[in-house]
Amino acid sequence: MPKPTDHELDLSVAAMLRFGVTLAALVVFAGGVLSLRHPWTPVPDYSHFQLAGPSLRTVAGVLHGVAEGSPASIMQLGLLLLIATPVARVAFCVVGFARQRDRLYVLVSASVLLVLLYSLIRDAR
Amino acid sequence: MSALLFTSLLFVTSIGAGFLGALTGLGGGVVIVPALTLVFHVDLRYAIGASLVSVIATSSGAAVAYVREGLSNIRIGMFLEVATTLGALLGAYLTAKISSHWIAIVFGVVLLYSAAASFRRKPQSPPAVAPNSLAEKLELRGNYCGPRGPEPYTAQNVPLGFGIMFGAGTLSGLLGIGSGAVKVLAMDQAMKLPFKVSTTTSNFMIGVTAAASAGIYLARGYINPNIAMPVMLGVLGGSLAGTRVLVKVNVATLKTVFALVIVVLGCEMIYNGIAGRI
Repeated sequence: MPKPTDHELDLSVAAMLRFGVTLAALVVFAGGVLSLRHPWTPVPDYSHFQLAGPSLRTVAGVLHGVAEGSPASIMQLGLLLLIATPVARVAFCVVGFARQRDRLYVLVSASVLLVLLYSLIRDAR
Repeated sequence: MSALLFTSLLFVTSIGAGFLGALTGLGGGVVIVPALTLVFHVDLRYAIGASLVSVIATSSGAAVAYVREGLSNIRIGMFLEVATTLGALLGAYLTAKISSHWIAIVFGVVLLYSAAASFRRKPQSPPAVAPNSLAEKLELRGNYCGPRGPEPYTAQNVPLGFGIMFGAGTLSGLLGIGSGAVKVLAMDQAMKLPFKVSTTTSNFMIGVTAAASAGIYLARGYINPNIAMPVMLGVLGGSLAGTRVLVKVNVATLKTVFALVIVVLGCEMIYNGIAGRI
């Protein structure tokens, strides 16, 4: 396989980002439409923070909620896909730098990926 | 207020914030948080959660347009993302430790800074080409396609730029904003990179930085889907539209008006923070 140039790497990364954002926006939108099935219900009081249940706070909880057809969990799944998009971008760069045989930047991008994964998995317990 | 009305109002506000944020280069996040807290009386933690996800959406959504210009520097961006993501972890950690009054005050100060920074003229100085051994080792260089053909540039003051980036990441994680103004400051002023390279690379970095604190926000319950849904969709749509018309309109007047709005919001945030209302 030929080594990709930086610009080629950039272009494929951008295409991937657009795909991720589009997919995330569609899922969020679908969840939003479902959540407004009862449009006249009053809005809860958001002026004071209340800790939500695990169905909105952990990956496993969100997936469980989606399986049960909860609109809030579907919106949250879309937001999770959105958060995963830049993470996928960094993973993509690790591979791209490896194909360019740029060891230094494989190391740099792998460090960024580790920080991102740490933040995502840290509280997953 | 009914759920439909609340969602619609948030959506329309977010479209406006994203549109103006893209036109003026300030980003949508800087107005969404004050709008949610001051106008919609939403808890600050929900506001920064919703803002943060909209920041990821705009940064990733706009990447295609920026990449076509071929100006962003993937290595410089990745290297500095080590600093911004670590800073973002610290910032997200601090949101749980610091009272929301203080967060509101810091937010106000950052708003005032962003407004001031938006008036800074684009520097016309040629890109720095002075040899810099640390930058050479880290491959922090590139070619800028200027009006007179490709001009090489090399990053300067790497440790200082890295340090400022850590601060930018901390602010991003603490306030749920992209902190593009601080990122551009680090690359353009400290590292002496060409202005266009700084802004486009900054856009790329914003999404990755925000993703580092988003995981923590989610686990803490700051991301409420009923609030984040209209905000994310609205800011994304507004900013994509803003990027399209950017080339067709004269933004000087708009920029002044928007900066004044931000100054007012910044003062309101500081005042409400000191008064203990946020």
